[in-house]
Amino acid sequence: MTENLPLAKAINLGLAKALAADPKVLLMGEDIATLGGVFRVTEGLKAEFGENRVIDTPLAESAIVGTAIGLAMRGYRPVCEIQFDGFIFPGFDQITSQLAKLTYRHEGSQSFPIVIRVPYGGHIGAVEHHQESPEAYFAHTPGLRVVSPATPHDGYWMIQQAIASNDPVMFFEPKSRYWQKGEVDRETPPGAFQASRVIRMGTEVTLVGHGAMVAALLQAADIAASEGTSVEVIDLRSLSPIDYAPIIASVQKTGRLVVAQEAPGHVSVGSEIAATVAERAFYSLEAPVMRVSGFDTPFPPAKLEGNYLPDADRILEAVDRALAF
Amino acid sequence: MSSDATVQLLTPDGKLVSDDRTSEYLPWIEKLPESRLLDFHRQMVVMRRFDTEAGNLQRQGQLALWIPSIGQEAAQVGSGYAAAPQDHLFPAYREHVVGRIRGLDLMRIIEMLRGLSHGGWVPSETGNFHLYTLVIGSQALHATGYAMGIALDRLLDVSNDGAPTLRDPEKDAAVLVYFGDGASSQGDVSEAFTFAASYQTPQVFFLQNNHWAISVPVERQSRTPLYLRGTGFGIPSVQIDGNDVLASYAVTSANLLSARSGEGPRLIEALTYRMGAHTTSDDPTKYRENEEVAYWGARDPIARYEAYLRGQGVGDDFFAEVAQEAEDVAADARARTVLLQDPPTTKIFEHVYSDPHPLVDAQRDWLAAYEASFDTADGIADLEGAP
Ligand SMILES: Cc1ncc(C[n+]2csc(CCOP(=O)(O)OP(=O)(O)O)c2C)c(N)n1
Ligand SMILES: [Mg+2]
Repeated sequence: MTENLPLAKAINLGLAKALAADPKVLLMGEDIATLGGVFRVTEGLKAEFGENRVIDTPLAESAIVGTAIGLAMRGYRPVCEIQFDGFIFPGFDQITSQLAKLTYRHEGSQSFPIVIRVPYGGHIGAVEHHQESPEAYFAHTPGLRVVSPATPHDGYWMIQQAIASNDPVMFFEPKSRYWQKGEVDRETPPGAFQASRVIRMGTEVTLVGHGAMVAALLQAADIAASEGTSVEVIDLRSLSPIDYAPIIASVQKTGRLVVAQEAPGHVSVGSEIAATVAERAFYSLEAPVMRVSGFDTPFPPAKLEGNYLPDADRILEAVDRALAF
Repeated sequence: MSSDATVQLLTPDGKLVSDDRTSEYLPWIEKLPESRLLDFHRQMVVMRRFDTEAGNLQRQGQLALWIPSIGQEAAQVGSGYAAAPQDHLFPAYREHVVGRIRGLDLMRIIEMLRGLSHGGWVPSETGNFHLYTLVIGSQALHATGYAMGIALDRLLDVSNDGAPTLRDPEKDAAVLVYFGDGASSQGDVSEAFTFAASYQTPQVFFLQNNHWAISVPVERQSRTPLYLRGTGFGIPSVQIDGNDVLASYAVTSANLLSARSGEGPRLIEALTYRMGAHTTSDDPTKYRENEEVAYWGARDPIARYEAYLRGQGVGDDFFAEVAQEAEDVAADARARTVLLQDPPTTKIFEHVYSDPHPLVDAQRDWLAAYEASFDTADGIADLEGAP
């Protein structure tokens, strides 16, 4: 049986299930308890599980992550919410210098099952620091797992899988998709947590992306199909590690790859995929791997986000270049 | 959270408090010309009207966001006027009227919250009112560094005979930095206190305790009155009734003078209340009680000051004139807002760096060619790969 739910609600239900299943699961963050989060992802959870498990913290991201580390040492499984992408950086030191390295420093005697939820990305017309895509910093940091669900179904299941993981997980939620509904099957167990997935079959070009970009890839595939081009679409789902098998298999079939992301292109997840595919599937490629990304500038004022962020047209422009090569 | 320690020069019904404790501050009020006393009122009323208009503009889709300051006018107007022309002010994001007092055209804030800019005003042209900082608490460190620079200027000035230049509190600059009760929990703010105390910087920390950080009450941030935080860092600190414009003016003036005189940093905690939503995206009915809002509504800063002025013999004409001015300012803001044009897409690439940068330049050219390709018959024909 499936239900039609928005992503925010699906993650909410996943969190509720994890809270119900394990008394050691805690949620902590700014405005998450009484208010239910500025995006209402944790709405109703304080009422259901109490203020000692759904915790409004003081306003300090370094402390949210740093104390989550201590709580994990004490046996808890904290799920931290960072209010917006651009506000993760006060907690960056605790995430990258501590959380990411603590399992290694303990030589495995302790694990740090902490999830850091980050609403991220553009398309919501918001002010500075509220529309960024900082996932590459974390994917670049050994010791962190990094994922991003694109659909409500994945939101529901992946948040539970992230909480179940014994490693720190950066959980990037595409905030522009929070209110988009999709089918959620709460009974069928999920596939592998960090697998990438072919979500549309095609033969001529492979498109890869994550988070909100997946919807743009599907839109581009539709337009391409109407123009007679068959496009395969892969939802990356995990940015660290990256599950390359479906990507390589697809490129071996299509010979062309376009990687799209909202984040700036320089030293990014898209760059990493391009390099790896060039290494592993060089002889299958009919064209260079094309990257479509946000520009290498700070996220611009909101009125310019439509020009900054890749859309179906920008993706198709790269598809055309790949085909014309 | 106010107590006997809270400095108040005007009672909530607008009576001047003359006692031993206020005697230290009252001279600052006594030496003001009447015109300035009237300016206090004018700015508060104009700002409130502007605030309402901007909120309406947001609802009508003209702005992406508005950040209301209703209820905090006295804290802001008093402290804003206390700053001397040479002083530098580092706001958070709610101190619109402080900017106005310093000469900032409020349209610059409208533009920012419409999504046309990230600020972009030039502090040297806006009375040293620096840009807004949205990352909570960061500006406390910038302000402290700026104040360290002011102090170093004097120490490094060996242009005469090697002796440090004489201090002149009339001409020396100090720094005034604004932040909120929520910000007081950020490491950056504590680190700013540490540096300021260590280097005895010429600066005043102005903490507006409006009792809320979005949905989180101040009690979650601090068990002690927040002004005591400063004391723990070795920074002389004082709590004021932030809805009392005279207290805000006098106490900030006195503290800025101390800072300018080389006595080191100061902290003022202004007790006030955010009467409206956190921003237009927020719904405060989800987390706070009507009784609390009503309690603070009865302590309205503008009503209090109007009562005081009327007690001083200021008549209806003045209040009518100010009301009209407020209407005019609001109407003007509306008229100018609806005429605002979107920036050109080249703005994305401007000022990422001060010096030319090949990647940014290439991407600007690429986007221009890409956009131009929509105007040509064959679409993307001339485009090279995205840089
Ligand atoms: C580092 C950081 N974390 C979170 C936020 C989101 N946020 C914006 S305003 C705010 C509350 C700030 O409260 P306070 O400092 O009391 O200032 P006020 O808004 O009441 O003026 C929060 C949590 C942010 N802007 N920056
Ligand atoms: Mg506050």
